[in-house]
Amino acid sequence: MIKVENVSKSFGGIHAVEDCSLEVATGSVTGLIGPNGAGKSTLFNIIAGLLPPDSGKILLDGEDVTGWPAHRLFHKGLARTFQIAQEFSRMTVIENLMAVPSGQSGENLFKAWFAWGKVVAEERALRERAREVLAQLRLTHLEREYAGNLSGGQKKLLELGRTMMIRPKVVLLDELGAGVNRTLLGEIAGEIERLNREHGYTFFVIEHDMDLIARLCQPVIVMAEGRVLTQGSMAEIRRNEAVIEAYLGARHHKQVGGADA
Amino acid sequence: MTLLGFSSYLIALGTMSGIYALLCLGLNLQWGFAGLFNAGIAAFFAIGAYVAAILASADSAVHLGGFGLPVALAWPVAMAAAGALAWVIGRICLTLQGDYLAMASIGIAEVLRIIIKNEEWLTGGTRGIAAIPRPFETLLPAPWNNLAFLGLIVVLVAIVYLAAERAWASPWGRSLRAIRDSDVAAAAIGKNVAQFRLEAFVLGAMVMALAGALSAHYFKFLGTTAIEPLMVTFLVWVMLIVGGSGNNRGAILGAMLIWLIWSATELLTNRLPAEWITRSSYIRVLLIGLLLQVVLQKFGKGLLPEKPPRLVGERRETR
Ligand SMILES: Nc1ncnc2c1ncn2[C@@H]1O[C@H](COP(=O)(O)OP(=O)(O)OP(=O)(O)O)[C@@H](O)[C@H]1O
Ligand SMILES: [Mg+2]
Repeated sequence: MIKVENVSKSFGGIHAVEDCSLEVATGSVTGLIGPNGAGKSTLFNIIAGLLPPDSGKILLDGEDVTGWPAHRLFHKGLARTFQIAQEFSRMTVIENLMAVPSGQSGENLFKAWFAWGKVVAEERALRERAREVLAQLRLTHLEREYAGNLSGGQKKLLELGRTMMIRPKVVLLDELGAGVNRTLLGEIAGEIERLNREHGYTFFVIEHDMDLIARLCQPVIVMAEGRVLTQGSMAEIRRNEAVIEAYLGARHHKQVGGADA
Repeated sequence: MTLLGFSSYLIALGTMSGIYALLCLGLNLQWGFAGLFNAGIAAFFAIGAYVAAILASADSAVHLGGFGLPVALAWPVAMAAAGALAWVIGRICLTLQGDYLAMASIGIAEVLRIIIKNEEWLTGGTRGIAAIPRPFETLLPAPWNNLAFLGLIVVLVAIVYLAAERAWASPWGRSLRAIRDSDVAAAAIGKNVAQFRLEAFVLGAMVMALAGALSAHYFKFLGTTAIEPLMVTFLVWVMLIVGGSGNNRGAILGAMLIWLIWSATELLTNRLPAEWITRSSYIRVLLIGLLLQVVLQKFGKGLLPEKPPRLVGERRETR
């Protein structure tokens, strides 16, 4: 589904991503882990068209999409969430969701002025879909709240909700779990598994929560200092000396090996 | 003051408020909807005024003219010209992040002002364009023609207001607000950020140009003083912020209120002793600036703050 070939990106002197190559297989839930600053989010931003790579290629569904703007990639079926929530703060929660689908006839101003009936019909359908998503995310009571007033965790849920408004081929989730309560996160993990199994969505997931990664992801890719260190099942990763080395220090040692003990 | 004098004062007040209401509605499309900081409102106002004046005025030795077009033709062309200028500026500036638009729009407005001042063959320079026909002036006798012109302005404000309200309630407005709040997230949900911004910018500029055209035909004379940044850009920004950006009614309210106050300060400063009269222009600006501060202290988001539109097609459900 996604193929990253020898991608590099530096910011001034920092080589955030360096000669990175990896593949996300169609129909997989692939994990991406690595210490802070490993370049994971930067790689996501490159794949999703927010940052152009300095060199290298990105293929989506076999097509070279290097340098495509983000909105075109979305139309090709790539949806994403942001590590730092990017809610539309002065819009209500339900508006945040209803904004998502593309090709709404009311986005054409002339249709909004002269074909209002059609717009109204579309809006009704859109609203029903948005309410389903809100119910799944336990946000129904906040429907009319400004998104800017949500808590950190709720904003992350709203980010996920946006990707659920459409039928994407592949979803990039950047630390979705951070700030979301455990019970709900468990349910969301279940939902991700279901979407993957029943609808064949591909997921590419950055997470620091190793339990979540172990539950969801196969394979898991480890990045460190901008490069891919290794990849494999979570069990293999946990035994890998280089990975433990990369995370450095006892605390991280525990974090990676922890769930085994 | 006689009754007639008073009523023509009211008509003049209403006419100017209407012209400013259009400017504010135009700025609201750019800033309130799309978060585009246009610091060169005067440029689009000027394009509208000069194109309409040149096309509609009689032949003159001083400036280009003599086309004698009816306003029904001259005004749309004036709007299209401003839209074209906005399109060019927008294509260059709106794809970039940051406040390039603010700088570029100030620059364009200033360049345009200098061109208008110096290219006498075209604009009459400082001597300006005289004898611009005002609609209804020969059709009706004295107060009624002015009243009819005011009526025309009210109708135009109403049309622009209704169109802007529909735009606000529509997915078009929602996508623009999304872009305003987070352009990266809007791009990530497939919105063509540059395209949407360009649409809002061009549309706003066209409304501003309509205001410019109306103003030229109202005063019947157009010179460089009519397009000063102070009287156009600064005052319109104050109006929108006081009224409430992101609220079309706020835009109209702000225009009416601030114009009323601005005219009142003129009455005041005219009574000042002679040596103060020359200082009156900046005293008035200072007063308006102070007023802006006071309003913002009490009403941070303007008198009529932005509200999300009622969900389209939603009956008043009790939820
Ligand atoms: N826009 C930017 N400008 C300058 N440096 C940047 C920028 N974005 C990222 N970096 C740098 O690139 C490196 C990789 O950052 P990135 O956000 O990709 O890490 P990450 O793996 O996502 O880390 P975390 O797990 O903490 O989110 C860091 O050293 C960071 O400081
Ligand atoms: Mg990150």
